[in-house]
Amino acid sequence: MIKFDHVTKRLGRKTVLDDVNFEVGEGETFVIVGLSGAGKSVTLKHMIRLMSPDSGTITIDGEAITDLGRRDLSRVREKFGVLFQSAALLQWMNVRDNVALPLREHTKAAEEEIIERVTAKLALLGLDDAWDKFPSDISGGMRKRVGLARAVIMEPKIVLYDEPTSGLDPVTSRRIDDLIVNTREQLGITSVVVTHDLHSALAVGSRIMMLHQGRIVENAPPEDFIRSKNETVQSFLESQYITKKGKWEEFRHE
Amino acid sequence: MTYPVRSAQRTGARVLQLLHDTGHAMFMLLEATWFVQFAFGKRSRHETVTQLFVTGVKSLAVITVVALFTGMILALQTGLELQRWGQEEFIGSAVAVSIIREMGPFMTALIIAASVGSAIAAQLGTMTVSEEIAALEVMSINPNRFLVMPRLVALAVMMPILTVYTNILGIMGGAVVGATQLGVSFSAYMDNATQFATNKDLFVGLFKAFVFGIIITTVSCHQGFMTTEGAVGVGKATRRSVVISFLIILIVGYMITRLFYI
Repeated sequence: MIKFDHVTKRLGRKTVLDDVNFEVGEGETFVIVGLSGAGKSVTLKHMIRLMSPDSGTITIDGEAITDLGRRDLSRVREKFGVLFQSAALLQWMNVRDNVALPLREHTKAAEEEIIERVTAKLALLGLDDAWDKFPSDISGGMRKRVGLARAVIMEPKIVLYDEPTSGLDPVTSRRIDDLIVNTREQLGITSVVVTHDLHSALAVGSRIMMLHQGRIVENAPPEDFIRSKNETVQSFLESQYITKKGKWEEFRHE
Repeated sequence: MTYPVRSAQRTGARVLQLLHDTGHAMFMLLEATWFVQFAFGKRSRHETVTQLFVTGVKSLAVITVVALFTGMILALQTGLELQRWGQEEFIGSAVAVSIIREMGPFMTALIIAASVGSAIAAQLGTMTVSEEIAALEVMSINPNRFLVMPRLVALAVMMPILTVYTNILGIMGGAVVGATQLGVSFSAYMDNATQFATNKDLFVGLFKAFVFGIIITTVSCHQGFMTTEGAVGVGKATRRSVVISFLIILIVGYMITRLFYI
């Protein structure tokens, strides 16, 4: 579904992605982990061509997006919903208008139908009472949920999550993890999650890829990832008090 | 590498960056101009009307004060000099022609660049660093239609209207000073003003105002979209938008005057 083929990207003198190759299959929850500056968010931005590679090819559903024109790019982007790190809600719109924005822009649906769909989506994410609030009036966790509601309102095939739990307390972080799992199960979508939170990665991922200094150092299902022999991976696991003797299933939430 | 070579490389890089930025700003302006046909369509109507209101109504207070006092200062300075030669009855034409030709559009543009233009750069800059612009692009919502076009319409429409308002208040300010300080009656002042100020002066002034509105929108939106470095970057973008707008307004104002009066 998503394929990176020998993708390299430099920003200034730094090589942010160095000959990166990987593939994300349909229905997977693919998690990209790594330290800050490892190239995780850059990888995510390449999938929706907010950034273009210096070399290599990125393919979405068999279609190379590297050289697409604006109209074709727009068509490809319609397959995606994106939850940004900061949620990226428009500050002058209330919660309902933020979630309704893609529907108002891209469908001919009547206003009553739009409100109905938005209300249903907000209810699904536990935001029934917040529809008239502005982004500055709600908590970080709520903003992320509103961002998620907006990301899935057009029923995309793929949802990208950029650091969905960053800046949130552990309890809210686990609620967001549950939302990612529930969203995938209810809507049957492919998910790509970028995070440095391994607890979150193990909780939601069907496969985990670790980037380090722009290169892939591990790409494995969680049960294998936790037992990786790679020193960088081990060091990263230990930094979050996860040892290879532990059972990855323990991180799955009931 | 020797110093002259490094220096030449840096200069070359800056020139290329300037050309790139200018190209980007021009493309943004052209695309927003194309979208003007949808300004009052279902998707953009609300934002266009909001921007018309913000630009027009919310700037009125400061424009009122500045225009009134500009006219009064102009009348006092010119009038005192004319009075020395017993020519104070020409104060009307001196104030009216200066304001309609040059001061009206120029003062209005400076006020709008400093108030509305800086606000545009700050808002779009904040949206850029908080990934809201990226979110719009991912949702296939063109920022040039969604954000730039309504501001372009607002400034292109409101700048000439506000300039007419500035002209009227400036001339009235001059009349007040003429009547109270220089002994020139209101009717004599207005007779003299209408005798020398022509329709051409008015239309050239309004054309300038229209062009200045487009300049302010283009510079402010472009600086907003180019913002990096978080809050510090927003501050820099805001300052740059005002400085660059001022400079271009001055240069273009001179060029338009030269085009129509020489």
